[in-house]
Amino acid sequence: MIAKALSGRAVALAALALAIVYPLVVPNDYFIYVMALAFIYAIATIGLNLILGYTGQLNLAHAGFMAIGAYTLGILTVDYGVPFWLAFFLSGLVAAAFGFLAGLVSLRLKADYFAIFTLCVGLIIWLVIEKWDALTHGVVGIIGIPAPSPIGPLRFETPLANYYLVLAVLALSLFLMDRIVHSLLGRAFIAIRSGEGLAEALGIPLMRTKVTAFVISTAYAGYAGGLYAGFVRFIGPQIASEANAFDMIAFILVGGLGTLSGPVLGAVALTWATQSLQFLQDYRLLVFGPLLILLVMFLPRGIIGTLKARQARQAGAKAAAERAAAVQRSAAAAEADRTPAHA
Amino acid sequence: MNLSLFVQQILNGLTLGSVYALVALGLTLVYGILHIPNFSHGALFMAGAYTAFFFIGSLGANYWVALIGAAAVTAAIAVLSERLVFSRLRDSPPLHDMIAAIGLLLFIEAVAHAIWGADFRRMAPPFPGIMRIAGTVLPIQRALIIGGAIGLMIALHLFLKRTTTGATIVAMAQNREGASLVGIDLTRVSIITFAISGALAAVAAVLFAPINLISPSMGNLVILKAFVIIILGGMGSVPGAILGGMIIGFAESFGAFYISTDLKDIIAFALLVAILSLRPQGLFPAPSR
Repeated sequence: MIAKALSGRAVALAALALAIVYPLVVPNDYFIYVMALAFIYAIATIGLNLILGYTGQLNLAHAGFMAIGAYTLGILTVDYGVPFWLAFFLSGLVAAAFGFLAGLVSLRLKADYFAIFTLCVGLIIWLVIEKWDALTHGVVGIIGIPAPSPIGPLRFETPLANYYLVLAVLALSLFLMDRIVHSLLGRAFIAIRSGEGLAEALGIPLMRTKVTAFVISTAYAGYAGGLYAGFVRFIGPQIASEANAFDMIAFILVGGLGTLSGPVLGAVALTWATQSLQFLQDYRLLVFGPLLILLVMFLPRGIIGTLKARQARQAGAKAAAERAAAVQRSAAAAEADRTPAHA
Repeated sequence: MNLSLFVQQILNGLTLGSVYALVALGLTLVYGILHIPNFSHGALFMAGAYTAFFFIGSLGANYWVALIGAAAVTAAIAVLSERLVFSRLRDSPPLHDMIAAIGLLLFIEAVAHAIWGADFRRMAPPFPGIMRIAGTVLPIQRALIIGGAIGLMIALHLFLKRTTTGATIVAMAQNREGASLVGIDLTRVSIITFAISGALAAVAAVLFAPINLISPSMGNLVILKAFVIIILGGMGSVPGAILGGMIIGFAESFGAFYISTDLKDIIAFALLVAILSLRPQGLFPAPSR
């Protein structure tokens, strides 16, 4: 048990070390830029995974909540001159506040009603952003968003500095999510995924727990949106598009539904896959659609989930073999005990 | 206010409502089989319009041939999606079906995008004339939409109520195990239901296309409204889909006229949010199975 936890931590630390060294070994800023974007999406996807993977609710408005975070930061810094970090702090809170309201209405619904409802919520967010010129600058988008302001000696003007900022937030997000899903609350989320009726019978307050999961997940989306706005420095309504939400679902499915590291692995792998297949840019969805279908048909647990299941199977087989060997040994010992008596 | 403008809005509402109701009918029938909202249904609507566009533009077919051809092709696409994807996921959690449906939606849209590009296309109205009824102008295409939709709804109703095949669809929707117990073939019913839903979506699209534009994303708003409709009307309910379609059609037509055209697309969703806030089970909840 201890060895297993240690190895999990060792893998996490090794991955973190790799991510820290990564910008020092790549040839140019392009690699740093793409990886930082992948990390930002990974943060949003970790949040989506809480409601989709751990709690079992298909939220199709996640891109909308990311857009709310991005626009909160963009509008506050550009139009109202609010300091960057205060606006960033608010970006997650505002998204979570909208998440709370949407959750109150939608989480009472059955799972398939919830999916439809959130699809509509995502569309409403997109339409509002596009039509409400006075607040959101409409289809033009918000340009000239300031870079994160310096914290003490740390300045965030180069892609490299931003990369480390994003990496730090990603590591913090993963750490917090690890604490959440391994807490009693996390168990409650998983119980709801396994069966709402049963979870309720166990004394889990269904509505309150689901709303909690939804609020946390939308806060993640909001902070990812805030980071995105500060990193790309330009935002338009297309952040809220369905395609963006579907991308994040694909990240989760590739990595592994309801696993901690799955969303990060999926976001990094798929971002690079689409980047390296430049000719595929236009036909990305031609590949993504069948990919989603094939994944749910043949690899529903994703990469991490499949690896974990294999590990569990091997551990189980090993334990069974050890048990069998022990039984054999004791039988042999009993045999040996009996033999001298006969002699 | 001006009476003829008022009548005009009623006719607009009827036109929109007819199209939405046809799309929602297919969706609600398939819900009876899949027990999940089929997110790829909007892609079928779009595929129907493009198929007809191809028949008319590239093969020089006349409107009616294109209509029937589009219905047949789209029905085939729907049946293929059932055979290749949904039937294989029958024992998976509903979440997987929904994600697979989204995958299908992305794929069909991407195919249309790859073949025809993102540009908007126009389909010439086959009957550009207008009719005058009691001082109100009614373009023949709109009359065609209303008449065609009502005809199809009656035909579908008779099919479900009067024929054995129709009865097996209803039985399967009511209780899958029970239907299997009395010897109804799930595979056959699924194929027929998907074919009907695809054909209905295609007919709705081809009727609607001459007064609208064709684009790869044309199905998105329509399908979302169809979802709103089946939530309003009760998932799996045929009369509910028709009534819900009319409610949304009228809300949109009058909303666009009296409130703002910019807001007309939001009206349906605002209505959904309002209704679900007050009645989480929908307006006409289906009896629990």
